[in-house]
Amino acid sequence: MYPENFYYSQDHEWLKVEGEEAVLGITDFAQKQLGDIIYVDLPAVGKTVEAHQTLATVESVKSVSDVYSPVAGEVIEVNQQLIQTPELINRDPHGQGWILKLRLKDKSELNSLMKAADYEKFLEGLEH
Amino acid sequence: MKKTRLNQVHREAGARLIEFAGWEMPVEYRGLIEEHLAVRTKAGLFDVSHMGEIIVEGPEALVLVQYLTPNDAGKLLPGQIQYSALTTPQGTFVDDLLVYCLSVPDKYLLVVNAANTDKDFAWIKEKGAGFKARVTNESDRYSQLALQGPLAQEILQPLTEIDLSQMKAFNYAYGQVAGIDSLVSRTGYTGEDGFEIYTVSETPEVIWKAIVDRGEPLGLQPVGLGARDTLRLEAKLMLYGNDISDKTTVLEADLKWIVKFQKGDFLGKAALEQQLAEGLKRKLVGFEVIDKGIARPHYPVYISGQKVTEVCSGSYGPYVKKAIGLVYLPSEATAIGTEFEIGIRDKMAKARVVPTPFYKREKK
Repeated sequence: MYPENFYYSQDHEWLKVEGEEAVLGITDFAQKQLGDIIYVDLPAVGKTVEAHQTLATVESVKSVSDVYSPVAGEVIEVNQQLIQTPELINRDPHGQGWILKLRLKDKSELNSLMKAADYEKFLEGLEH
Repeated sequence: MKKTRLNQVHREAGARLIEFAGWEMPVEYRGLIEEHLAVRTKAGLFDVSHMGEIIVEGPEALVLVQYLTPNDAGKLLPGQIQYSALTTPQGTFVDDLLVYCLSVPDKYLLVVNAANTDKDFAWIKEKGAGFKARVTNESDRYSQLALQGPLAQEILQPLTEIDLSQMKAFNYAYGQVAGIDSLVSRTGYTGEDGFEIYTVSETPEVIWKAIVDRGEPLGLQPVGLGARDTLRLEAKLMLYGNDISDKTTVLEADLKWIVKFQKGDFLGKAALEQQLAEGLKRKLVGFEVIDKGIARPHYPVYISGQKVTEVCSGSYGPYVKKAIGLVYLPSEATAIGTEFEIGIRDKMAKARVVPTPFYKREKK
């Protein structure tokens, strides 16, 4: 379910690291909690964030949810497809539903994140 | 947390359950948008057993109902229903409700909002103290299912001996549904044709399962509270706590049609007459968000840069495919087409007053 090579945050974002860059999205658990996503407020390319700052906003019919950056970095690309088809996040949260790409400021911050097995355990804890 | 008798059925159907008004209720099954569209195009089945049922019975039952509500319950015959309200002396809402006439003039069923049931019951008991009428809160005995959508009659008819083709909107009849004694009314909270089925049976899941078995091949889906809210908003049906409350009058809520000044005295009559004579300072209107973004309850509303109020109901309308909502605007700003602004997080989004309801079904 949760790709082995991703990093996961407690706020249910995932990061797929490629060199000094990382693709970011929200997890399958997060999209299920939100329900049908109808709007994504994307940041401007070039925006820099510290860890735990808001990067984007995802809206479902019934709720609004901020997407936090698990690490510090600079936005270098956003998923333009989400403007017309935000439901990609529901359909394929770990793939086509990616939200943006970050240039990482400090790769050592990744050590604070969870791997897939830990994230799955974390989710089990939430469900009880 | 209270559970309806259908709780297990919802779990088996894979519903996501949430707490609502002290009840554990399904918020969605397969997905809000899919459920919403099923109701608009085929049919949807809701468990609304959390709704309150209060019975007023006795020689002065009608007199009491007439005193408590602004609509004219005196016009109702057994088998008929009307939308009305419980009003305060100020003409504001204790609740909105349906009045079912069970027997003239001595027995009426009031169907009220789950979140208000205890408050309403206490209110009616207190205001009704001097009347020859007994007030009982029957809410825990009743289960209530709502079958809504254009295929509702086709799905329900084979399961009941009641001739549904003869039942007009806001009418009801007694009969069995899937072998269970029920009261079936042609009412709902979605803007679609449909039925609400009340039963005091301990096994309402028999009805639920029979409707699902018959309806699913035709496109029926179980529907949660999430889509119930977006459906009722598209149809501009009021939600107590969002759109109407003890701070808003029946006239401000644009519900003058449920106020019958000629019928005799009722709670709030003088206040409403005065408000009508003086003119309304504000009125509930529907809006669409023109800019990107969805307006939600309590988002600030600005006219000419000044914050004037907050959004009441606000959501994305899955069938109309727009961000829509309701808000009380100063009367001078309520004309169709009037533009104003809503603060959506750090942005000011343009919105426009539009005709309501946002969705109206085509009559056959």
